[in-house]
Amino acid sequence: MTASTLTIKDLHVEIEGKEIVKGFNLEISGGEIHAIMGPNGTGKSTLASAIMGHPSYEITKGSVSLDGEDVLEMEVDERARAGMFLAMQYPSEVTGVTTSDFLRTAINAHREEGDEIPLMKFIKKMDKNMETLDMNEQFSTRYLNEGFSGGEKKRNEILQLLMLEPKIAILDEIDSGLDIDALKVVSNGINNMRGESFGCLIITHYQRLLNYITPDHVHVMMQGRIVKSGDASLAQRLEAEGYDWIKEELGIEDERVGQEA
Amino acid sequence: MAVETKWAFDRETVKSWSEKRNEPTWLQEKRLEALTNAASLPMPNPDKTKLTRWNFSTFENIDSDQRAIESYSDLPGDVARLAGDESKVNSAIIQRDGKVAHNKVANELKEKGVIFTDFETAVNEHSDLLEKYFMGEAVRSDENQLTALHTALVNGGIFIYVPKNVEVEVPLQAIFWQDDVKVGLFNHVIIVAEDHSRVTYVENYVSFEKEKAAANIVTEVYVGQGAEVKYGAVDNLESGVTSYIVRRAHVQKDGRIEWALGQMNEGSTISENTTHLLGDGSYGDTKTVAVGRGEQIQNFTSNMVGHGKHSEGYILTHGVMKDASSAIFNGINKIEKGGTKAHSEQTGRVLMLSSKARGDANPILLIDEDDVTAGHAASVGKIDPMQMFYMQSRGLSTLEAERLIIHGFLEPVVGELPVEAVKERLTEVIERKVY
Repeated sequence: MTASTLTIKDLHVEIEGKEIVKGFNLEISGGEIHAIMGPNGTGKSTLASAIMGHPSYEITKGSVSLDGEDVLEMEVDERARAGMFLAMQYPSEVTGVTTSDFLRTAINAHREEGDEIPLMKFIKKMDKNMETLDMNEQFSTRYLNEGFSGGEKKRNEILQLLMLEPKIAILDEIDSGLDIDALKVVSNGINNMRGESFGCLIITHYQRLLNYITPDHVHVMMQGRIVKSGDASLAQRLEAEGYDWIKEELGIEDERVGQEA
Repeated sequence: MAVETKWAFDRETVKSWSEKRNEPTWLQEKRLEALTNAASLPMPNPDKTKLTRWNFSTFENIDSDQRAIESYSDLPGDVARLAGDESKVNSAIIQRDGKVAHNKVANELKEKGVIFTDFETAVNEHSDLLEKYFMGEAVRSDENQLTALHTALVNGGIFIYVPKNVEVEVPLQAIFWQDDVKVGLFNHVIIVAEDHSRVTYVENYVSFEKEKAAANIVTEVYVGQGAEVKYGAVDNLESGVTSYIVRRAHVQKDGRIEWALGQMNEGSTISENTTHLLGDGSYGDTKTVAVGRGEQIQNFTSNMVGHGKHSEGYILTHGVMKDASSAIFNGINKIEKGGTKAHSEQTGRVLMLSSKARGDANPILLIDEDDVTAGHAASVGKIDPMQMFYMQSRGLSTLEAERLIIHGFLEPVVGELPVEAVKERLTEVIERKVY
């Protein structure tokens, strides 16, 4: 598989008339891991959901393309089938549908009719990935996210990532609510995906996830756009010194969206 | 004003029919008394549905000259499929228009003293037992016009008797198939589970013709002390059939009943399910799912009545409404005075797939005792857009995502049905009704 490229240009996103993302630019290619860091309220999660097509977010300006194809023209499921994936911060619970049935349906949605994944092959793949993520085998027969703990939901998101093997994945705060052991397991799963055909955008508050997944690029988001970019050392400096030095450098008083001076 | 019921059946007709069937005097008398009373009794009065324009009398016959189908392989495919692979069927009775079409009852049942037979045979061979239970305590002949009519004209059904301490391992299956729309489906099911016995029963009601027809169905379940009954049902009568369905249970001390009802009729349907938790420590659980489509009007009432101390009663109702269908889902938890330490809970959820459809989840708690715990939850709403976003973000189309959500929503009953084939058929019926 060849590397894909997701290109985001001058993206503006509104929720209920309020602009949250204001001129966001980024290009993510296969083989690259990008991390977006930043305090709360700077538009990180809105960005992630908007790129995937969240129904309540409106894109007012800018473009998103995957290998030249206009992503914003696609339905949510078309984006997924084109190779995009969003690990959600708060995945929905779906009662009565087992994780295993859901994943099989999702995998088959990516395949042509008549070319469904053979059951045995699916089960093997599922077993292997659940082992990587240190998940109890009962997991696959439980209803999707129903009654899952926060940590179980996150693992389930990564399980879906490993099963669907997208070209470009956006992971929205996949580390929140994870204890250190779970964090290692989840990181391990993501690292397994690393390779030329996989590009990833990790959204996080904390540097600790990046101890286990070394990013190629680190970006800081404030007031709805990237205000600083660097390599992995930027994340370490943020961990050590916080965000104030960036705010000082750029003359930002309040980093949250809507608080621009 | 109630519908003018034109009685196609006078005293003489019913009497000679009963004689032709060699019925015992008690049954003939019960029929005739009910027929006499029927006209003066009120129609049933389900909460929030007016029956004034409903016609429960669109039938011409009660008798059918249908004969048995000797070989399982000669059953029409759609009927045989309901029972499943012949090799996997242990004990099943298939009836066509009230007459036994096919009958397979395992020897081990007889050896254990279990009776599993059709209504007509039960009348002839187990008259005393039947007299004790038929239109007995659970459903009375003089309740309303339709129960009276049922008593007068009952023409098919099943009788199950499980002696004390006997456990029936395999599920007993029944299929009631309305083939001739002119023959009214007056079907009666009795299950008697004596003390500390255990039995699982699953039934399918099915028809394939869309013409006008009538169904008047009564089930009585008597659960003895410490006995356990699991009752599964899939109702799937066609769009022309106007149905009146009553399923009730009486549960004695420490007895249990679990209902799993897939209410998938295509026509106008009044369906009531009531459990009386009579004994201390008795337990009742009703799980019911329904789908409304077209211009169907339906009324479902689930009723749990706690009489004994420490009783537990649970109701779960999930309904899916599409097109211009409408349905009322009444959930009633009642705890009588003296039912101390009783616990009851109900959940009613209705999923609306169309803006023209009407669905009403109507939870009712009637508590006459202080020392109890009770809870209820009810909701009517559309499919959660966040669920859709989540599932579509994994590549599922709108249709596939909706399908999974709906199947998941109805899973509480599908998952409870004891026979794999019945489960699969219900899934198919849901598929057909929803898409």
